[in-house]
Amino acid sequence: MLKTRIFAIATVMTMLTAPFVASAQQDTIKEIEKYRAALGDGNPAELWEMRGEDLWKQKRGPKKASLEQCDLGKGPGVVKGAYTVLPKYFEDTDKVEDLESRLVTCMVMLQGFTYAQATKDPFGGPGKKADMEALVAYVTAASRGMKMNVGLSHPQEKAMYDIGKKMFFHRGGPHDFSCATCHAADNIRIRLQDLPNLTKQEAAQRAYTAWPAYRVSQGELRSFQWRLFDCFRQQRFPELEFASKGSVALTLYLARNSNGGTFNAPSIKR
Amino acid sequence: MKKLAFLVALPLAFIGAAHAQAKKEDPALAVMKASFKERGQAKLDRLIQDPTMATCSKYPQAVPANIRKQVESAEMKNVKFPADGKLLGDWKLGERIAQTGVGKQFSDDPATPSGGNCYACHQLAKAEISYGTIGPSLYNFGKLRGYTDEIRKYAWGKVWNPQAYSACSNMPRFGHNSILTEEQIRHVVALLMDPESPVNK
Ligand code: HEC
Ligand code: HEC
Repeated sequence: MLKTRIFAIATVMTMLTAPFVASAQQDTIKEIEKYRAALGDGNPAELWEMRGEDLWKQKRGPKKASLEQCDLGKGPGVVKGAYTVLPKYFEDTDKVEDLESRLVTCMVMLQGFTYAQATKDPFGGPGKKADMEALVAYVTAASRGMKMNVGLSHPQEKAMYDIGKKMFFHRGGPHDFSCATCHAADNIRIRLQDLPNLTKQEAAQRAYTAWPAYRVSQGELRSFQWRLFDCFRQQRFPELEFASKGSVALTLYLARNSNGGTFNAPSIKR
Repeated sequence: MKKLAFLVALPLAFIGAAHAQAKKEDPALAVMKASFKERGQAKLDRLIQDPTMATCSKYPQAVPANIRKQVESAEMKNVKFPADGKLLGDWKLGERIAQTGVGKQFSDDPATPSGGNCYACHQLAKAEISYGTIGPSLYNFGKLRGYTDEIRKYAWGKVWNPQAYSACSNMPRFGHNSILTEEQIRHVVALLMDPESPVNK
């Protein structure tokens, strides 16, 4: 059963990449809608979800422990719905953490990895699959269909929200860009790509609840940390460090703005 | 003796407090500095804002009129016109620059000249249907505005430093921030202002 499912997904993956090369982007978007409908509830992201579940349950690291006792915010071992309350403040680290930085914390505390080991190669590329993206796929999938509910009750959460908001509007670099240059107006696009207005609740909900995503053009599952990393690259900023405080602050700002939206990822995107 | 120590300590404490005040950095900027690492040509100094960018970040929606004026007059001083007075180059090369989006990203080779990426934000030649809408359509720019010296100068100044005419514009300051060279700007201005350019057909 599982095998036929994977085979079906693999077939669709080849189908998806073919029309992408030649035709205009608008056609591609239409093609994707079509294949998405054909897939039903299937999505190549499921391959990452399954690998992530294995990684979650495997005994790994110097302490030979699994992540099954990891507290993602709803108590040790609770995966269901955990992503809807992240980022949040954690007492054990006295920090606000997003999903990725929390997974790093658990890999360090429970499995005995060093911080450097846990944060090494967080994004997949040609020929290398990232464990982190698989774990992210597994955990986020367990929040599908649930409403985003990110709190700001702890003073550190409030402070991080304010920092994230400032970062969103901080113009800099040779092009004077900020996130707001491309994401603070309605109905604008770059070339033919629509740009969501992330300062408006409805658009922010739609955008945030669709990540992580399986990117057809890259053949990779991409986490929200990757989304920020790549938008900062386009913004001509230096490299955003994975799981850094600034990345968590900006994620908190965007996640909080999407409160009330129904989480619907891992999704499939161009 | 005790009294003397008190008299000395008081101003010192005062100076200390004032010093801490001056040095107190915006917490968001401090977090940003700790959250990025330099990569390729993108160094950490890119996080630091000049006075115009600091002002513009403060008013992301509507900039108050008096502040607009301040920004525009400060930036007008930064517009440089070519020493030889030659404002128009080759529109064909301009079209190529308008199409190209590479440049200044950490993933770009710094040896490759940057593009202007005008099509990312503007409609220009009618034949190119893949254009963005962050900025207004520039189709027929020269034809509509007139092929005059004044408009040629405006087009040059606008590409060099859009903030000089429209404070806190989302358009990059291509000349001022050395994204495009003087020669490249000449070609781009020709794309806008040459009657033979597809923009004006
Ligand atoms: C120069 C323009 C530009 C800037 C600046 C920019 N982005 Fe983006 N952003 C894009 C584009 C283009 C896309 C669509 C990308 C794609 O589909 O490949 C996008 C997509 C996104 C998405 C996903 C939207 C969705 O519906 O899938 C998010 C979230 C996002 N950006 C956040 C940010 C944040 C936060 C910043 C500031 C760090 C930022 N962006 C800066 C151009 C930009
Ligand atoms: C990131 C988006 C962006 C890019 C890239 C960009 N522009 Fe603009 N441009 C704008 C915006 C927004 C405006 C309107 C606000 C203003 O006037 O500054 C504008 C305005 C203009 C105007 C003034 C139009 C008028 O009616 O007076 C000209 C001319 C212009 N752009 C030319 C260019 C050229 C040439 C390029 C490429 C070298 C370019 N722009 C690249 C965003 C952009």
